[in-house]
Amino acid sequence: MAKRVLLGAAAVLLVIAAAYASFFVAPQERTMGVLQRIFYFHVSCAWAGLSAFSIGFLANLLYVWKRKEKYDWLGVSCVEVGVAFTTVVLISGPIWAKPAWGIYWTWDARLTSTFILWLLYISYLLLRTLIEEPDRRALLSALFGIFAFIDVPIVFGAIRWWRTQHPAPVIMGGPNSGLAAGMVPTFFFAVFAMHVFMWFLIAERYSLEKMRSDVELLRQEAEAT
Amino acid sequence: MGLLSNAGALLGKEVRTEFRSRELLSTTIVFVLIVVVLFSFTFDPSTNESHRFGPGLLWLAFLFAASLMLQPCFLREQVNDTLSALRLAVSDPFAIFLAKIGANTLFLLLTELLMLPVFAALFNVSFRGQLPGILLTFFLGSLGISVAGTALAAISAQARMRELLLPLLLLPLLAPILVASTEVTVSLMGPEPFMQWKGIGFLVVFDVVFLTALWLFGEYLLEE
Repeated sequence: MAKRVLLGAAAVLLVIAAAYASFFVAPQERTMGVLQRIFYFHVSCAWAGLSAFSIGFLANLLYVWKRKEKYDWLGVSCVEVGVAFTTVVLISGPIWAKPAWGIYWTWDARLTSTFILWLLYISYLLLRTLIEEPDRRALLSALFGIFAFIDVPIVFGAIRWWRTQHPAPVIMGGPNSGLAAGMVPTFFFAVFAMHVFMWFLIAERYSLEKMRSDVELLRQEAEAT
Repeated sequence: MGLLSNAGALLGKEVRTEFRSRELLSTTIVFVLIVVVLFSFTFDPSTNESHRFGPGLLWLAFLFAASLMLQPCFLREQVNDTLSALRLAVSDPFAIFLAKIGANTLFLLLTELLMLPVFAALFNVSFRGQLPGILLTFFLGSLGISVAGTALAAISAQARMRELLLPLLLLPLLAPILVASTEVTVSLMGPEPFMQWKGIGFLVVFDVVFLTALWLFGEYLLEE
């Protein structure tokens, strides 16, 4: 219990500190001005979401391999938290894009594949609601999670090849890309803060799923006696 | 018996079952025809616009049709309670998938080939001299749709609301197939047709990746 409170408090404080840093510590961007500061929030949420899906993918693989229900709990927790972060990304993106690009949405590789990623994992969550038996639900959703995860880079590749009109990635995008030196500490601090927050949410969601399964077990025992 | 001879025998069974009634093929063909006709109302099907949008609409119709057509491939086994028998009959459950993928690819391909001249006539699109390229694209696209679709049909058959669930799971997963096959078909049916080999390569990659995934994880999809 104490550990959970501590992690929660740390996560909230870190996110507040990251918000402070992105408004008051990071330097003003030359062309976009104050608008660019949404970047620290938007990109750190995107990375946290991708991390959550990646951990979820590992949990799916581990479930298929080991058949321990704790991996199922971890898998669904990661996907739900990942969907939440991706939702934030899909909302904060257009808020930034409208004043910066003049449009809310453009069908380029990263936006479109994020959208498909989000749809795939929404389908994953729907699939889970439609299978009653816990073992079957765990196995089938883990398998769908695996298929969905390997599909995402292919979607990205397809749209990047045929549909892109987007600037090259800012981070790790090539020799002339990159953040101004003054922005780097704030950016990575924001990414770190968002990951701690993500981990806190996953841990909370995990214990909820565990509790649900315990309750279900108790209910079945009560019905049997 | 090896994997391939198992798969071959099962493929024969799938094809025989279908050609006894031809239910699946006839309904799918009519469905695609309806979708193609309805699509013509959403834009002016004059020559220029059909070149740009026609192939995409055609592939979208194939995708929708597939998401309905793939439904029965495991459902039928479930209703007749024959899945356990199938599993006992083969040494490797991947043979069941290979047979169903083969049958589904064949049915899809037949639908597509029957629809191609109709589509070309209705939308005034020409594919003269490009038939080998179009056949290759149709085959690789249908194979990709069948591989992913057969895997997901095995999942959705075990859930509630399965008729709605399969398109929901399948269509976003097939986005790369839609993009790649549309692009290749557009370039083949354009006024100056050419073969987009990178698109063909892309379809091959999709097919190989999902076939490998199914080979690795397929047996778990059929667990009782």
